[in-house]
Amino acid sequence: MTALLAQLAPGNFRAPTLDFHALAPEIVLLVTLVVLVLLDSIKLERARASMPAVTNIGLLAALIPLVTLAADGGTRVMFGGSYVVDPMSLVLKALFIVSAYVVVLLSTNYVAEGDYWESEYYVLLVSSVLGMVVMASSRDLIGIFVALELLSIPAYMLAAWRKGDVRSNEAGLKYYLMGVFASAILLYGMSLVFGVGGSTRLVDIGLRLEEIGTEGVPVVTLALVFVLIGFAFKVSAVPFHVWAPDTYEGAPTPVTAFLAVASKAAGFVALIQIVYFCFIVRPDIIQPIFFVLAVLSMTVGNLIALRQTNVVRMLAYSGIAQAGFMLAPFVVAGELPVQSRQAVVIYLVIYAAMNLGAFAVVIAIARKTGSGEIESFGGLFQYMPGMAVALTLFLASLIGIPPLGGWYAKFSVFKVLVEAQTGLGWATAIVMAVNTAIAAYYYLRVARAMWFDDAPDGDTTPVKVPAGLTAAVTLALVATLVFGVLPGLLSDLTSFQPLALGG
Amino acid sequence: MTEFLNDWGLILITFLPLVGALVMILVPKESEDTHKLLALVTALATAVVGVLLLLNFNYSSAGELQFLVDHQWIEVINSRFVMGLDGLSLPLLALTVGIMPLVFVYSWNHIPEPGNPKAFFILMLVLETGMIGSFVAQDLILFFVFFEVVLLPMYFMIGVWGGPERKYASIKFFLYTLFGSALMIVAFIGVSYLSKTQTFVIPELTAFGGAGITKATQVILFGGMFLGFGIKVPMFPFHTWLPDAHTQAPTQGSVILAAVLLKLGTYGFLRIAIPVLPLGARQWAPVIGVLAVIGIIYGALACLAQTDMKRLIAFSSVAHMGFTMLAISTLTDLGFNAAVFGMVAHGLITGMLFFLAGSIKERYHTLEIKRLGGLLVQAPKMGWILGLCTMASLGLPGLAGFWGEFPAILSAYAPAVGLSVPLFRTLMVVAALGTVLAAGYLLWLYQRTAFGTPTEEFASDPHIHDVETPEWIAWTPLLILIVVFGFVPGLIFNVTQPAVSLIAGAVGG
Repeated sequence: MTALLAQLAPGNFRAPTLDFHALAPEIVLLVTLVVLVLLDSIKLERARASMPAVTNIGLLAALIPLVTLAADGGTRVMFGGSYVVDPMSLVLKALFIVSAYVVVLLSTNYVAEGDYWESEYYVLLVSSVLGMVVMASSRDLIGIFVALELLSIPAYMLAAWRKGDVRSNEAGLKYYLMGVFASAILLYGMSLVFGVGGSTRLVDIGLRLEEIGTEGVPVVTLALVFVLIGFAFKVSAVPFHVWAPDTYEGAPTPVTAFLAVASKAAGFVALIQIVYFCFIVRPDIIQPIFFVLAVLSMTVGNLIALRQTNVVRMLAYSGIAQAGFMLAPFVVAGELPVQSRQAVVIYLVIYAAMNLGAFAVVIAIARKTGSGEIESFGGLFQYMPGMAVALTLFLASLIGIPPLGGWYAKFSVFKVLVEAQTGLGWATAIVMAVNTAIAAYYYLRVARAMWFDDAPDGDTTPVKVPAGLTAAVTLALVATLVFGVLPGLLSDLTSFQPLALGG
Repeated sequence: MTEFLNDWGLILITFLPLVGALVMILVPKESEDTHKLLALVTALATAVVGVLLLLNFNYSSAGELQFLVDHQWIEVINSRFVMGLDGLSLPLLALTVGIMPLVFVYSWNHIPEPGNPKAFFILMLVLETGMIGSFVAQDLILFFVFFEVVLLPMYFMIGVWGGPERKYASIKFFLYTLFGSALMIVAFIGVSYLSKTQTFVIPELTAFGGAGITKATQVILFGGMFLGFGIKVPMFPFHTWLPDAHTQAPTQGSVILAAVLLKLGTYGFLRIAIPVLPLGARQWAPVIGVLAVIGIIYGALACLAQTDMKRLIAFSSVAHMGFTMLAISTLTDLGFNAAVFGMVAHGLITGMLFFLAGSIKERYHTLEIKRLGGLLVQAPKMGWILGLCTMASLGLPGLAGFWGEFPAILSAYAPAVGLSVPLFRTLMVVAALGTVLAAGYLLWLYQRTAFGTPTEEFASDPHIHDVETPEWIAWTPLLILIVVFGFVPGLIFNVTQPAVSLIAGAVGG
């Protein structure tokens, strides 16, 4: 604090040096955002058709600096350690941007044909992505909070985008209220963390927590618990999940895909930052919390998913269960920090590919069936075999059947849990194995409808799938297969050097 | 030639069916004959590679892995792309590549409802890749991948082309197997992590033989593998998926399931669970033996109570696999030899029985035993074939089934050192009683279906005819092998002996 005040004294202020190369992805996204707004306000209605294309070009352009930064290697630290561009953050940024690219492909026809506001849709989407990209590099409580709000607030609006539909309004409102509530809890926790740690930088807090040891335990525990609960809302972990199914079902399906994949991943990234750079010094507090969250999420999510009749709701609950699998490596964060973090990142990347793929097919099929009821998928294999096979593969991947990507995601989690050789780790692994089998039942119910049943209304004329959707499905399918057959690629990308707390 | 086979033989034989399936995806669904031809040609080409491997196999060192392929795969977790063929894998590989073309020939005019040979054959080819891969993979993770590849095609074969209860049967099959394999992979990771070099390569782990892993840990890890493999076998009390799956599956599915898929489980015990965790295996052996014998008796009693021919054959599988598991549980090389022979014999005989059941169903539109009868009058050739197969199945000397059962029972007389002799001798006596029951239910089945005069409803049914050409082509090789292996069991024993004696030696038998 005194250091901050000293800087404010006249003559003491030094402008921080900016590394424009490191910030280039964020800058490109910001420029895209501005271009979109300008285009809309200057050309008005005539701009509508070109919005998706401009958005996609912007997103692709943002990938270029990521590649050059990756080629450059190394870690770039800015703003006194508050903003760090390291290999892990590059992988995560790429994940967010590519996911957003696929979501734009999914949205193009949906938004245009539904006669919704288009320009604003893409503006909000890009600003949300910007928030996620910032999140991947933030190593500071304030940075994390700002990024969280930047990515959440546009998402609240997007969830309510189908203005005419009361369910969509409900989705947006629920998401908003729950999100704000979570933010409040998070902020309160952060204020406690600041009070104990004496700094907003994660690294400093971590060092300070280590220093004070077991002193002041109640307040430290309270602080950690509040912060974790705030993020548990974001990643829809049980028991903080109740908003997810209603929001997912009511929101426009492409937005649901965005929330289920990118937004959830952003929540996990925040958890990774906070846990691995700061709270890791207190495994005695965080590991039991994560054990409870993970086991509850996978079990409850799976059991409720068994009863769903709507495929989007089913995917929502399955997403809760999958969040449980992703929370599992945190249970052994203290024993194997490097490997467990890698397991989470691998899971995030593969989950994004297979889940986006599943949503893409659901959107394509819904153009024909007009609903997400599982029954309405009957006979799909007869008249749209390509889409039926694609969805089957995505679902099989979500179950974790090799050689599709999902198996490696699950495998790497199992591996780290077993290798930690702790009681909690083993327990989590066994609960997870049982849950894998339970999950197969409801994923296969969808496959069963497509393959075994006849079309419910006897209408078997195939529907034309727009090129964008086909591209999205193909992209996701290729990624799912490649990650499954050659998981080495992914492990190389995510095998980050062990980061000291000072990194 | 030999050099090419050394480097590429196993890769070729594993992925050739997959290549065929990819080609078939590109051909439109309407040209059904092209699909039949493509599938058959692919399966035959695979079988030809199999024959070449058989011819170039060095039988004097059948205990070693040959045609070894070893490539980098997933470096981070020390998992390598290792494939190899030894005397344990060879009979099962030959069984797989041999039986698949026969299934395709049989399918020539037996496409089950609701048709769509394209999808049906593609699934069967994917299945073939999974099965072959499982038998040649020499890395735990690679094995696991192939082991799981088998699941989905079988699920869809039962679910789409199966009988009236197909939905229930297919999901039951899937969930049981998946549950087992999820715990199995956890055990695999545990074994690998606790081994000195943290490898997944099976020969390395076998050489390592669980050294340094405490007995208690081995027992737990073996338990995980036991669930994975035991469900697949299937062992009592995990067998309940099998009668449903067999009864509902289309004929082709039943044949593949009986002939090859069940062997993945027993093979897994011999290849992985026992040599990698010898201490755990010794602790589990009595449990496996007891469950195996319960399976023999329970399966036989259940057979006596069945009214459906296909369901009866399915329960007889539970009993027969019980003999194989009893042989394995003795941890002796006689037992292991008997087990491998039992696997091959059961594959040939029960596969054949399911073929027959499918053909009878096609003619009579029912498999209810009390409505059948007089098969020898209406279709004498088929009746005689059924006779031969039931005799083989009940273990008549001179036919293949005998060499699966008799040495299995014999091996229980002298189990590996350290195992309870009184227990295994008791098991031996009970298992021997099981063969009497087997003779009972099989002869009774034959008597009710083949003897006597045809029942009234089918007496003048013009639909009922004798064996057709595709059926002859598909069945003749199986029948010949059943007889040949019955007279010259050494054909298999000589190949398996060097390989399994190494395992038995390592586990202390």
